Amino acid sequence: MFLTFPIMVIRVNTIDKVIEWRWEKMVMVGLGTFLLSFPWRYLIKKKALGEKKEELGENSTVSATQRIFKEPKVYIPSLVALSVFVIIFPFIFSLYQTNIMVNALIYVMLGLGINIVVGMAGLLDLGYVAFYAVGAYTYALLNHHFGLGFWAVLPIGAGMGAIFGILLGFPVLRLRGDYLAIVTLGFGEIIRLILENWNAFSFGPSGIANIDPPGFFGIQLSLQGVTTYIYYLMIGLTLFTIFVVRRLQDSRLGRAWVALREDEIACQAMGIDKTRTKLTAFALGATWAGMGGVVFAAKTTFINPASFTIWESIIILCIVVLGGMGSIIGVVFGSLILILLPEYLRAFSEYRMLLFGAVLVVMMVFRPEGIISNVRRTYRFEEKP
Amino acid sequence: MDYFLELFLGGLTRGSIYALIALGYTMVYGIIKLINFAHGEIYMIGAFTGLIAASVLTMAGMNQLAVIVLASILAVFYSSAYGYTIEKIAYKPLRHAPRLSALISAIGMSLFLQNYVLLAQTSDFLPFPSLIPDFDFWEPYAHIITSQELVILITTAMVMILLTFLIKFSRIGKAMRATAQDRQMAMLVGVDVNRVISVTFIIGSATAALGGILIASHVGQINFYIGFIAGIKAFVAAVLGGIGSIPGAVLGSLVLGWTESFFTGYISSDYEDVFAFLFLVLILIFRPSGILGRTDTEKV
Amino acid sequence: MVQQRLIRLVVFSVIGIFLSAGLGFAADTIKLGVAGPHSGDLASYGIPTVKAAELVVKAVNAKGGVLGKKVELLVEDDVCKPEVATNTATKMVSEKADVVLGHICSGATKAALGIYRNSKIIAMSPSATNPALTQSGDYPNFFRTIASDDAQARLEVDFALDTLKLKKIAVLHDKGDYGKGLAEFAKMFLEEDKRAEVVLYEGITPGAVDYSAIVQKIKRTGAEAVIFGGYHPEASKIVSQMRKKRMKTIFISDDGVKDDTFIKVAGKYAEGVYATGPKDVSDNPMAVAANEAHKKAYGADPGAFYLNAYSAALALLNAIEKAGSTDYDALIKALQTDYVDTPLGKIRFDKKGDATGVGFSVYQVQKGAYVEIK
Repeated sequence: MFLTFPIMVIRVNTIDKVIEWRWEKMVMVGLGTFLLSFPWRYLIKKKALGEKKEELGENSTVSATQRIFKEPKVYIPSLVALSVFVIIFPFIFSLYQTNIMVNALIYVMLGLGINIVVGMAGLLDLGYVAFYAVGAYTYALLNHHFGLGFWAVLPIGAGMGAIFGILLGFPVLRLRGDYLAIVTLGFGEIIRLILENWNAFSFGPSGIANIDPPGFFGIQLSLQGVTTYIYYLMIGLTLFTIFVVRRLQDSRLGRAWVALREDEIACQAMGIDKTRTKLTAFALGATWAGMGGVVFAAKTTFINPASFTIWESIIILCIVVLGGMGSIIGVVFGSLILILLPEYLRAFSEYRMLLFGAVLVVMMVFRPEGIISNVRRTYRFEEKP
Repeated sequence: MDYFLELFLGGLTRGSIYALIALGYTMVYGIIKLINFAHGEIYMIGAFTGLIAASVLTMAGMNQLAVIVLASILAVFYSSAYGYTIEKIAYKPLRHAPRLSALISAIGMSLFLQNYVLLAQTSDFLPFPSLIPDFDFWEPYAHIITSQELVILITTAMVMILLTFLIKFSRIGKAMRATAQDRQMAMLVGVDVNRVISVTFIIGSATAALGGILIASHVGQINFYIGFIAGIKAFVAAVLGGIGSIPGAVLGSLVLGWTESFFTGYISSDYEDVFAFLFLVLILIFRPSGILGRTDTEKV
Repeated sequence: MVQQRLIRLVVFSVIGIFLSAGLGFAADTIKLGVAGPHSGDLASYGIPTVKAAELVVKAVNAKGGVLGKKVELLVEDDVCKPEVATNTATKMVSEKADVVLGHICSGATKAALGIYRNSKIIAMSPSATNPALTQSGDYPNFFRTIASDDAQARLEVDFALDTLKLKKIAVLHDKGDYGKGLAEFAKMFLEEDKRAEVVLYEGITPGAVDYSAIVQKIKRTGAEAVIFGGYHPEASKIVSQMRKKRMKTIFISDDGVKDDTFIKVAGKYAEGVYATGPKDVSDNPMAVAANEAHKKAYGADPGAFYLNAYSAALALLNAIEKAGSTDYDALIKALQTDYVDTPLGKIRFDKKGDATGVGFSVYQVQKGAYVEIK
């Protein structure tokens, strides 16, 4: 652990045909790492102990958060309070806040979508952003060339997403784990590069501007109005998504996905059609991304390929893993934190990404299941005394 | 014919650089089944350390040859230290955790390192002196392939040969192969698995650092972001060749380098990345474990 | 029991954070918003604008402010990304900025302008050179203190054909909005004029590991010169590779390359490279004063677009003073009718929003520094 010391020395040089020696920085960093290493090692030890206990089967209590939510006395009033808060949100907060919240909600939808693919079906998809881009460009192009409105394109966007999901699914049926990841990553990049270079089709890097925001029965609204409108729209869509995902989780399809994730071979042995299950996972996951893309295009009124890079896929993936794979509340939470935090941390702007990276590492080391982990419904058989 | 030769050699150079980085990726993956996203950052840190060391030493007035050698050694040393530390902090605690968590941890580490260098240094592109001088005896051929490119090729070849010898014939190589095959069993027969993993990381980081210095000399400038792109390409190369296999990593890298070079040269540079990825997808469809990958039969 | 208290604490603190972030402060001042990349890899293009704004505001406030009110700065970062720019623009609107100096990158500016237009806020950019921003007529609220890309491309092509008398030219770009736009204009102008042939038109991938393939391609086509649209990192890489391969191809580029960093990074290979940039105003007394002020306040030479931003800030505040209010239509009228003295000369704005009296010239790297070619 003390090996980090020598590294700090060299890092404190700036060169531009001139060398600055920043010794004070070195002292600071040295001290910092020294002090940090103590709590770190302590926590790691505790974690190791915790793992041992689990192996011995002692740890069978459900986590605190889960217990809380099960209590109807807490559950119902908090749900009511949350609903009220959500509804009056745009009126008590400024336009800026609402705007950010809409952003977060779009990511919630994306997170839930990728949750289907990665969390439930266990298919590591690093190119998810491609479907997002497809949805956004569908709306932008249809709006630009044919003047189609938001509501008309929403289902089309979802459909396009699904089609591309299946297109991606076909070649990767035979691939496992990390190979799948790389191919999906490649797909994401291919879509982005095509959008960037095929000027005639997608206007290339200059993007498409002046996309219509959703009209309210044909009335054009001011910026304030539009944002509020989109906000409620997103709330509605998010609730819809949560509803659908919940139903899916409990359906045959959902269970087939979980079986696929746990053990592919056993799944096949049980008679579940692997191809169909995988394809539906991709298709359904991509549908939400497509819809999210349409809303994104409508909200920002200007899109270009630079918004759809690998980093976006990675962020969406992080949302799911951080929040807890497979658990809906976790994804919502994860998305809110991951998107809202950088905005509120604008004060720390320089150190923002640094902290972000560090937070990811720390979170994963100490809580790999995510903040709110998914608890599968288990039936426990207890001996009656 | 000249043109073809130039493109061929250009692709070879590119492929060699990818190979140096891909080797690290593939070795780490073979041992602990983790895609080390932060590996590209090690490459970048190697380049930066080399620059800093070279500048300091040049200012101190050493002669050029000594500067090159010392700077390279220092860069390799520091990158290996970084690799070792990263493994201890971000990956070791996650050995028993789900694979995805380790992946996210790697991503976080990658972000952290990028911004660390960004803040500690500068967001600008820093000029990197051409550490490898133009060899006089090579002048007649310099327009086809420059001295730097020649050095890169020779270095990569040497590294590959060294590494293969190491894996095949040395004790630690045997231990590495054993751990890659079956970690539990290796532990049972007395292999110190922790040490083996650390050594793997160190070697991987060393080759990446070497790659960093070489390419920085060749291209002439470095920036905190170069690690990310090079890392992704190298990762693609490693998978293409069959992840977990060392000759596979080199082969995959060369294939990738040639594909990009020829595509750019004969068709268009606009879509060069698209083509590289499409190529990857095609290969994987027909050979799901990569070109040289071993298809692991899963026992039920 | 502990859990419930913990939950309540968390909930309240979250609400508390939201509330405190939501409340702004209201004061009777003129608010000048400054938007651009202040972090990330393009920060070096955005930070000098902030410094310019700071110096102008300080000077103006020292003289009593505008219309008797103090001028206040609202600085927001957009990292040059369009989707972040829309957030930034929304923030400006919700914090009631009166006028905005920004954004810096053409893509981000495009994204934000719609929002400013719908809220009737004027935006003036010191650096967004995409021609469509003013020429399309879509954004009557947009002005800029720098000439647009087609003027640059026109100048590059004229220089290549008239002065250098070139016959075979390769046109390259970095696939980005700015670079590609410029390259397309250059290609169009070259094709219209039959004196030279465009032997190659391609995009390179920024950040690639090496560029030997495209350099070989250039050599193969026998091009006498390369016209490159893009920024200095890629430009310096290509020039170095070309020179290392003993190619004597002339290199002409744009104001993304006319930067001292290019010379520092490319080193000896930068010698002889041509680039277009804003007209040299180093003998303008206001420019000299502005540069001095920067050196005194921050201890270093100003960076990219500093003088353009300085002029823009002066123009905006002057317009408010002359119009007598921050009313949208009055401001537009003031900007179009009144001349204002700036480090770039005496300027005012035409109907489309471009500044009259601001142009480009060609520079060449001679003995390690950019020298204007008359």
